[in-house]
Amino acid sequence: MTTPVLQVKDLRVHFFLDEGLVRAVDGVSFDVHPGQVVGIVGESGCGKSVTMKAILQIVEPPGRIVGGQILFQKDSAPAVDLTRLSPRGAELRAIRGAEIALIPQEPMAAFSPVHSVGEQVIEALRLHERQWRPSGPRLSRGEARSMTVDLFRSVGISMPDERVDAYSWQLSGGLRQRAMIAMALSCRPRLLIADEPTTAIDVTTQAQILNLLRDLQRRHGTAIVFITHDLGVIAQMARYVVVMYLGRVMEQGSVEQIFHAPKHPYTRALLKSIPSVNVAPRTLLPTIAGSIPHPLGRPRGCPFHPRCPDAIHGLCAERVPALRPVGPTQLASCFLYNRDEAVEP
Amino acid sequence: MTRYVLKRLVLLPALLFLFSVTVFAIVQAPPGDFLTTYVATLASSGSSINAEQVDALRREYGLDRPVWVQYLKWMENLAKGNLGLSLEYQRPNAELIGERLVLTMVLALLSFVFTWIVAIPAGIYSAMHPRSVVDYLLTVLNYVGVATPNFMLALVLMWGAFAYFGMSVTGLFSPDFVEAPWSLARVLDLLKHVWLPAVVLGVAGTARLTRVMRANLLDELNKPYVTTARAKGLSEWRLVVRYPARLALNPLVSTIGWYLPALFSGSLIVATVMNLPNIGPLLLRALINQDMYLAGSILLIYCFLTIVGTLISDILLAWLDPRIRLEEG
Amino acid sequence: MSVLAPAVPVTAEDRVSVASNWQLVWWRFRKHRLALVSALVLLVLYVTVLCPDFFSTQDPEATEARLAFIPIQRLHVFDGLRPSPWVPDVAGKRNPTTLRMEWRVDESRKIPVRFFVTGYPYRLLGVVSTRIHLLGASADGRERLHLLGTDRLGRDQWSRLVHGTRTSMTIGLTAVTFSVILGVLLGGISGYYGGPADAVIQRLIELLQSLPTIPIWLALTAALPRDWSPQQVFFAITVILSLVGWTTLGREVRGRFLALREEDFVLAAELAGASQRRIIVRHMVPTFLSHIIATSTLAIPAMIINETSLSFLGLGIRPPAISWGVLLQEAQNIQTVALAPWLLVPGAVVILSVLAFNLVGDGLRDAADPYSQ
Repeated sequence: MTTPVLQVKDLRVHFFLDEGLVRAVDGVSFDVHPGQVVGIVGESGCGKSVTMKAILQIVEPPGRIVGGQILFQKDSAPAVDLTRLSPRGAELRAIRGAEIALIPQEPMAAFSPVHSVGEQVIEALRLHERQWRPSGPRLSRGEARSMTVDLFRSVGISMPDERVDAYSWQLSGGLRQRAMIAMALSCRPRLLIADEPTTAIDVTTQAQILNLLRDLQRRHGTAIVFITHDLGVIAQMARYVVVMYLGRVMEQGSVEQIFHAPKHPYTRALLKSIPSVNVAPRTLLPTIAGSIPHPLGRPRGCPFHPRCPDAIHGLCAERVPALRPVGPTQLASCFLYNRDEAVEP
Repeated sequence: MTRYVLKRLVLLPALLFLFSVTVFAIVQAPPGDFLTTYVATLASSGSSINAEQVDALRREYGLDRPVWVQYLKWMENLAKGNLGLSLEYQRPNAELIGERLVLTMVLALLSFVFTWIVAIPAGIYSAMHPRSVVDYLLTVLNYVGVATPNFMLALVLMWGAFAYFGMSVTGLFSPDFVEAPWSLARVLDLLKHVWLPAVVLGVAGTARLTRVMRANLLDELNKPYVTTARAKGLSEWRLVVRYPARLALNPLVSTIGWYLPALFSGSLIVATVMNLPNIGPLLLRALINQDMYLAGSILLIYCFLTIVGTLISDILLAWLDPRIRLEEG
Repeated sequence: MSVLAPAVPVTAEDRVSVASNWQLVWWRFRKHRLALVSALVLLVLYVTVLCPDFFSTQDPEATEARLAFIPIQRLHVFDGLRPSPWVPDVAGKRNPTTLRMEWRVDESRKIPVRFFVTGYPYRLLGVVSTRIHLLGASADGRERLHLLGTDRLGRDQWSRLVHGTRTSMTIGLTAVTFSVILGVLLGGISGYYGGPADAVIQRLIELLQSLPTIPIWLALTAALPRDWSPQQVFFAITVILSLVGWTTLGREVRGRFLALREEDFVLAAELAGASQRRIIVRHMVPTFLSHIIATSTLAIPAMIINETSLSFLGLGIRPPAISWGVLLQEAQNIQTVALAPWLLVPGAVVILSVLAFNLVGDGLRDAADPYSQ
C-alpha cells in the first residue's frame, strides 16, 4: 500500500455566525493515493467546497478549522499537518499552487479581469520558480512566455501564442477552463483539487474537459480530488467516492462499490433519482422526499433521518451513526448496519 | 476610443460658448451694475461722486450699452485672447487671474497628493482588517471628516493656533514675501504655509476616498479571483495590492478628473476664510461688485476646467479598464 | 415507505419569507444601532424645528449691547445629590480702558433653572399665542440664562441656534425634496420613454453636470436682489441648491428605468394587460424606491453644508434671518473667536447633524439593498 498523498482525518470546520453555529464539515476522513482520483459528491450545502478550502486553508472567516488533521505527503519528507500551518505563513504558501493546486468553480470569475490569462499563469510560474527549478538562472520574460505557450498547447488551447495575451472574458467557456487547468498544472503539483470544474460549461465541452483532465492525470501522475454534484461525472472520473450530506460522510468506497452496491439510504436514493433511458415512458421521476434543511436548523441525530425512507424510529432521530466498514473498502454511517456505534454529537 | 475622445474635444468649444452665455447672464442678473455698487460704497464711506462723473464712467466702461453688446465685446476680446479689464482693480484680468491661478493650482495639487497618499493605504488596511480597532478608529475619523465643512475645520484650526500658540496662520506667505518676486526663498516660504490649507482642503476628500476605497475593496475581496490568487500561494499583502486593490481603484481613478475642478471650487471658501491669495476671494468680490468681465472670465475658466476634467476622467477609466477599452473597438 | 415527518419549528427563515419589503427594510435597519441612534438625534432636531420658540430662552433678535460676549453658563443637572438643574450666574465688570462690559462666570451664585416658564410672547406653530417656554430662569428677567453665551450684540446664542436649526434643517430637506422630484420625474421620462425626450434630457444633464457647482452657486446667490424678504431668499436658495443637485439622481433613475424596461417582470405585467401607469407606479418604482430614499438621505448633508457655506460667505441666508451659516459668520474674525470661543458651537451642531444624516443614510442604504446580508 503506497503512502497516501493526502490524509484527511476527522476534519471539522465550523462557521461562527451571528445567527448561530454552522457545522459545515463535521468529521470527514478520507485518503488520496498518488495518481488516484477521489470524487467528493453531494448536494449543495453538504460541505464539499468547504472541505476543499480547508485543505488549502483558504476558509473564509467566520469559518475556522476546529479539529482534525490534514496530512500532506511531500516527496520523501515526513507528512505535514496542514491544519497546523499558519494560513498566511510562507510554508503553506509554498505548498499552495506548487504542491496542491486549485481549479476553481467559475473560470470567468476566477481570473482577474484586468490581467491577461498569460500574465496570471506566468505569475504562478515565477512565484514557485525555486520549487520546480531549484537551481539555475531566474526565469526570463521570454522563457516564461514560451513556457506558458507550451502549457496552453498541452491543454489543447488552439493558437496558444495569441491566447496568452487574451483576457479571460474574451475566451469561450471551454478555453477559459483549459487556461485555468494550465495555470493549476504549471508547477507540476502532486495534488489537484478540482472544484466543480464542469458545472459552468455545456455538456459537450464538459466531455472534452474531463478527457483532458484524465489524460493529464495519467501523463503526470497527479492525484485529483474532484468535487461535484454530478453523479455521471463522478462515475467517469473517480476511483474512490465520498458521499457527503450536511457536513458528514454518508458513505465512501470505490466507485464500483458505490455505484453497484450502495449501502447507505442516501446514496441509494441519489442513484435512484438519476433519470434513466431504460425506464418505461411516463414514469414519475423518483426524488428524495423533503428538502435540505437550513444549515442552522440541522436535525438531531443522523442528518439524513427526516428524509430517510428506512429511518429507525427512536434511534435515528436521537443518535448520530459512526462511519463504519460495510464492505472491503466501503464505509457507511448508518444504523442499519451498525446499531451500536454512535458518535458523540 | 480615439473617436470618442475626438467627439468630446470637438464639442468643447460649443459647450464653452453655451456656458459663456449662461455665465454672463448670471453675472449680469443682479439689478444695477458695477457702478451702482461703486457709488453706494463711495456714499457709505463718506465721499461722493456727482451724476456727470458717473455718466462719464459709465460710457467709458461701456456699461451704457445693452447687455448683449457687452457680451459680444467680451466674446470679441476672448477670441483675441484678451480677458478684459477689471473694473474694480483697473488692471487686465489676465494679470489678476494669472498670479492667483498658479497658487490655486499649487494648493489643489498638494491637497490632491495628500489625499491620495493617505486615503488609499488607509482604505486598503481597513478593508483587509475589517472590524479591527484601527478600522473602527479610521471609520470614526472618516465620518467626522466627511461631516465637517472645510471652512469650519479651517476656523477651528486657525482659532486653535491663535489661542494656544499665538500664531496667525492666514495667508500663504509671511509678510515679507507677499509682494516679493519669485525666488527659492519665496517658494520655501510658500511651502511652509501651504501645508495647512492643503490639509484642510483635503480632509473631506481623504475621508470620503478612504471610505469608498474600503467599500470597493471589501466588495472585491469576496470575489472568486481573490480565492484563486490565494490558492496560488501569493502572500496576502501582495495579492491584495495586485488584484482586488487594482480593481477597486478603477472607479476611483475615474473620479480624478472630477476631483481637480472640485478642489478648485472647494478652495473658494477656505481661501476666503484663511485669506489666501486665491482665485476664490477674487471671484467673490467680482460677483458682489458686478465686475462682470472678471467674474465672467473666472467662471468660464472654471467651466473649462470642469469639462476637461471630466474628459480626463473618462479617458483614464477607459485606459485602466481593458474591458471598456477593448469593447469600444 | 414511511417518511418521518420532520418536527421542524417555525424558523426565522419562514418569518422572513412572508414579511413585506418595508418590514424587511425596517428589520435590517434596526440592526444598525448607530443608525438608530442617529435617527433619534435627527428626530430630536426636527422636533425643535416644529417650534423653535418653545425651546428658546430669549428672543433671538433681541439685542442689548451691554450684554455682549457673555460666556456659556453651563447647565448642571444635579445640585449636590438632588436632581435640580441650575446654572452659574454671571458677573459683569466694566473695563476702565475700553469702557465695555466684560463678563465672567460666577460659580458661587447659582440660578435655578425652571421649566415651562413665562417668557417672551410668540405664536405656537404660528397659530396659538402664548408665552410659555421650556426652559428659563426667573420671569422678571433679572436673572440671566444664556446656555450658550451671547454674541457681540448681546443676542442669546442658544435661542439663535435653535432658530437657526429650523432654517438650516428645513432648507436641506426641501432642497433635496425638489431635487428628488425633478430627478425622478425627468430621469423617469428619459429612461422609460427613451427617444427624443431621452436625448434632450440627457444633454441637459450633461450640461448641468459640466458646470462647476460652487462657483455657479456663488454666482446665482450673489445675483439675488438685496431687497428680497428673508422668505423669498429662503425659497430662492432652496431652488438654486436643488436645480444643480438633481442631475445625479436623474441619471441614476434613468439608468434604472432603462434596465427595468427590459426585465421580465415588466414584460409579464404588460402581457397581463396592466396600464403603463400601473406598471410604472406599482411594478417598477417600488424596486428602487428604497434606494432613492437612501440616496436622498445621503444628499441632505451636502445641501446643509452648502447652505451653511453660502450663508457664511454672506451670499445665502442673510441676517436678520438666522441659519447656521449666519451664526458662524460671527466667528469669521479670529480675534473675536479667541475672545468668545462659544461662537463656534453652531459648527459643532452642523457636524453633528451631517454625521447623523450620513449614518442614517448609510443604514438605510444597507437595509434597502436586497442583496446585502
